[in-house]
Amino acid sequence: MYYAIVFLPLVGFLIAGLFGRVIGARPSELITTAFLFIAAALSWVAFFQVGFGHGAVRIQIAQWFSSGDLMVDWALRIDTLTAIMLIVVNTVSALVHLYSIGYMHEDPHRPRFFAYLSLFTFAMLMLVTADNLVQMFFGWEGVGLASYLLIGFWYQKESANAAAMKAFIVNRVGDFGFLLGIFLIFVLFKTVNFDQIFPRVAEFEKAQFHFLGFDWNALTLACLLLFMGAMGKSAQFLLHTWLPDAMEGPTPVSALIHAATMVTAGVFMVARLSPVFEYAPDALTVVTVIGGITAFFAATVGLVQNDIKRVIAYSTCSQLGYMFVALGVGAYSAGVFHLFTHAFFKALLFLGAGSVIHAMHHEQDIRAMGGLRKYIPFTTGMMAIGTLALTGFPFSAGYYSKDAIIEAAYAAHSPAGSFAFLATVVAAFMTSFYSWRLFFLTFEGKARWNGEAHTHEGAEHNASGHDVSHAHADHSHDDHGHGAHKPHESPLVMLIPLLVLAIGAVVAGFAFSGAFIGHGYEHFWKGAIFTRPDNKILEDMHHLPGWVPLLPTVMMVLGFLLAVWMYLIDTKKPAQIAADHPILYRFLLNKWYFDELYDAIFVRPAMALGRFLWRTGDGKIIDGLGPDGISARVLDVTRGVVRVQTGYLYHYAFAMLIGVAALVTYYLFRGAH
Amino acid sequence: MLGFGILSGLLVLPLIGAAFILTLRGDSEAARSNARWAALATTIVTFLLSLVAWSRFDAGSSAFQLVETHGWLSETIRFKLGVDGFSMPFVLLTTFLMPFCILASWESITHRVKEYFVAFLVLETTMIGVFEALDLVLFYLFFEAGLIPMFLIIGIWGGKRRIYASFKFFLYTLLGSVLMLLAIMAMYWAAGTTDIPTLLTFKFGAQVQLWLWLAFFASFAVKMPMWPVHTWLPDAHVEAPTAGSVILAGILLKMGGYGFIRVSLPMFPEASQYFAPFVYALSVIAIVYTSLVALMQEDMKKLIAYSSVAHMGFVTMGIFSMTTQGVQGAMFQMVSHGLVSGALFLCVGVVYDRMHTREIKAYGGLVTRMPLYAVAFMIFTMANVGLPGTSGFVGEFLTLMGAFRSNPWVSFFASSGVILSAAYALWLYRRVVYGVLDKPALQDIMDLNRREIITLAPLVLLVIYYGVQPGPILDVFAAPTDALLKSYEAALATVKTAALVAH
Repeated sequence: MYYAIVFLPLVGFLIAGLFGRVIGARPSELITTAFLFIAAALSWVAFFQVGFGHGAVRIQIAQWFSSGDLMVDWALRIDTLTAIMLIVVNTVSALVHLYSIGYMHEDPHRPRFFAYLSLFTFAMLMLVTADNLVQMFFGWEGVGLASYLLIGFWYQKESANAAAMKAFIVNRVGDFGFLLGIFLIFVLFKTVNFDQIFPRVAEFEKAQFHFLGFDWNALTLACLLLFMGAMGKSAQFLLHTWLPDAMEGPTPVSALIHAATMVTAGVFMVARLSPVFEYAPDALTVVTVIGGITAFFAATVGLVQNDIKRVIAYSTCSQLGYMFVALGVGAYSAGVFHLFTHAFFKALLFLGAGSVIHAMHHEQDIRAMGGLRKYIPFTTGMMAIGTLALTGFPFSAGYYSKDAIIEAAYAAHSPAGSFAFLATVVAAFMTSFYSWRLFFLTFEGKARWNGEAHTHEGAEHNASGHDVSHAHADHSHDDHGHGAHKPHESPLVMLIPLLVLAIGAVVAGFAFSGAFIGHGYEHFWKGAIFTRPDNKILEDMHHLPGWVPLLPTVMMVLGFLLAVWMYLIDTKKPAQIAADHPILYRFLLNKWYFDELYDAIFVRPAMALGRFLWRTGDGKIIDGLGPDGISARVLDVTRGVVRVQTGYLYHYAFAMLIGVAALVTYYLFRGAH
Repeated sequence: MLGFGILSGLLVLPLIGAAFILTLRGDSEAARSNARWAALATTIVTFLLSLVAWSRFDAGSSAFQLVETHGWLSETIRFKLGVDGFSMPFVLLTTFLMPFCILASWESITHRVKEYFVAFLVLETTMIGVFEALDLVLFYLFFEAGLIPMFLIIGIWGGKRRIYASFKFFLYTLLGSVLMLLAIMAMYWAAGTTDIPTLLTFKFGAQVQLWLWLAFFASFAVKMPMWPVHTWLPDAHVEAPTAGSVILAGILLKMGGYGFIRVSLPMFPEASQYFAPFVYALSVIAIVYTSLVALMQEDMKKLIAYSSVAHMGFVTMGIFSMTTQGVQGAMFQMVSHGLVSGALFLCVGVVYDRMHTREIKAYGGLVTRMPLYAVAFMIFTMANVGLPGTSGFVGEFLTLMGAFRSNPWVSFFASSGVILSAAYALWLYRRVVYGVLDKPALQDIMDLNRREIITLAPLVLLVIYYGVQPGPILDVFAAPTDALLKSYEAALATVKTAALVAH
């Protein structure tokens, strides 16, 4: 069964990828989607078996490579944590496959699209079932590749290509840390297998390692390096810049990869390595702080974005920060729980946004929307559910998981925890505000898509051409697009996934909170997540001052009210505030100028340095002093020789004599020895 | 066969093919076609014979196998052949890549066709000879003889600046060779023989080792090529015909690494340890420096050539880390790089044959017209980047791990190559393959034809197969690596005890 779960997507990828052009688009879609649904169904079976039944399994597939004392296997490790990821990945992926049949129906490259989706799913499954660090790295890079291919799916768009490259390269920066982390773990433990690492972590609690001129606590250093990988993949502060740009990819991709699954890989990794992180408290502090900053930072940027997908992307970034806060304060299960619920409602929001974009003929600017509730009521309803769940409306999924994180941050009673508590509470307020802002601008108020909307369109506007054949005709398409057709509700294949996810967004919270973070904890996790005996955070969460659990809900209501006031009642207000604080507004609109900063300190210097090393280093110095220089000298000498060839006989005779003399001298000396 | 075994068969076969092609009369289309087919048949038969050798090879042993020895210059300088775990994979790699080179030259070579194939077959003999030789003089002979056909291939069938490039190539490599010859003579005087197995157990004095090491290093470093003696490579690659580039990147560069592992490390262990930081420094500089340079290239072949230099930096780093992972990884990296860079040059050759330019700017949007090509190119690009699941990953990972064990600083800087390689490789891919196909010249460019598919498909399969199951190659290196490191450590240990006693 586990083989089927992991390898069906691979088979689907191979069929659609190799034979897609032979068998046609429709069979490719159906085959990959069917395989994914089978895998998803089996995943749920596995989830209940493992989580509520017999516990962990390890399946050896083959050996990958071995060198000296390093042994790397291909193996599946299925425990509760993996089982959770299996259902998240396969369920969302199956729904996204189904949805894409509708969303991509006019694209000429559908087999390729579905092949990539299945490839992604396979790589993600390899990641979550990994039984050693190297296999995890395989999945890690594999999802990176699939993400690269899917972001750049519309390869004729310059912006999509740039975004794809950026995603891959920024992720590689994180992988750089991940790799070094693997090496350090290997140097310490002489193995990369989880089964052999975890029981021995305590031995190395005080171990030192000399790295880059400093003596580090070995485990702290290893965890920090590994966390660098997690920061890249999960778009945490400093390595987050690729995620918003990744929205250049088709919307189902954003839902699957850049919301529900791949970006949570970092969270998964830290949770998987909880036995190691538990012994590296300093690393956990860093995780908490980075998580808190990200939650806050991304929320501030989300406040002012105008592209429907980018708002949700920043929201994702911010929510990932929440998860890391939970991990950082030691409440791993709360972080994973939020990962689990977030997958449902964020995929729902993205697919809902896709439905809106579909309805609006590829318009993505929320300033050019409005009043859509009447035209696409079903999508509106689904989006409302998603928004409620995201903002943590009582008894929705987000209410359980997000509030648990905020409480855990408070219960940590550490400086980092307090900082994270503050950051997440403020972020909760902003989350509520920007989510409802998005909702109101899109679905409520006057329709702004009848003509005049185009006068203030954003720069991203035309970058959203839907597919290859439309890329050229973008302008004409938009001209006739909105006036001629009314927004229309999406087909059933797109609406069903929305419905399923909406159900998940409503029930996932109260159905599973007992098992994840409540009374069923021990029985459910069965040691898949390790916490030190002195880590009592889950208990402490239940003994908080009464105002703490209420605070997130209050924040949510305040954010909602502010959004109502600014976008439903006094609609002139936002523009006025923006005009009053131009610097702040631009700072946020330009995402704290991170792209510009990185461009100035990394990209352009690297290029300048490359050109310098090439032209000056290779060209002038090495070649100039080396071969070219020598050949120039040789030419000089030859010219000299030519000058010697004067044609006068006695010159030649003289030279000959000297030569003979030299030869004779040489032989005499040699003979003497 | 008069006491001659498989290994001499591998040397003679290409020569027989070359001799046959020379007997062909005239320069008619028929004669050319015969020359092509004869060359192809010869290389395939050679490959099959090398497979026979492979089947008789015991990978579990670190000893030299299939040894044959014949009288030659003197009693102490003999014609001795043999293979061990280090050399066998390279013999296979050579014989495996040759048919692809012949196929890649099928249509692109239009003048002096017979001579071209003769040059290639002679080149094959010399390359196999380098990996089989068990006598230093013989090794030297093959090592240098390979220069001549390569020099001719670049100089006669190369691009516009071929004369400059071929002389640069010759100048650099010859300079190194002279020193190597001197070193071999010195070794002969010291040890009384040039027999490699004997020399492996001979102990050279500490001071002598340093000089000998440097002399060999001069030659191997140029071949490798290591920074800063790498500048011949981009020019040679750019001007060489496609097949020449494949052989250059695939095999000739490996001779340097092979030399390190065959001569420098086991014969001069103390000097190797003494110079390891120096090699590290050069390797790291090579990785970072050439990756940055590759980023800015405007010529496809030059870009790949610079990336080869960077990848060879991983090899030298791994070898001199003196750890199991490092050495095995370096060896695997060389085999993998032989496949991947060879394939990348073939990919460039495909579009060069159509458009006759290697300017990156001249391309763009190829995927629209050439989907198959785009797929193959993508896979090789990813292998070049070192994506897990392709053969490129295993070598890079192991060498970095080995380096980390012996010196984390080195590993730290070298790992940044992981980021840079992604940057230059993907940027190349984006500019050539992605984008809008708006250049008029490209409007009716054709996708891969059958010959090109036959050329690229096996490489695609192998690159992925060895990424998932590197065992068949990697494990062959295990036994000799083990033996090498054991004797290396033993040698250093005796030095240490000697030093202690002296005090």
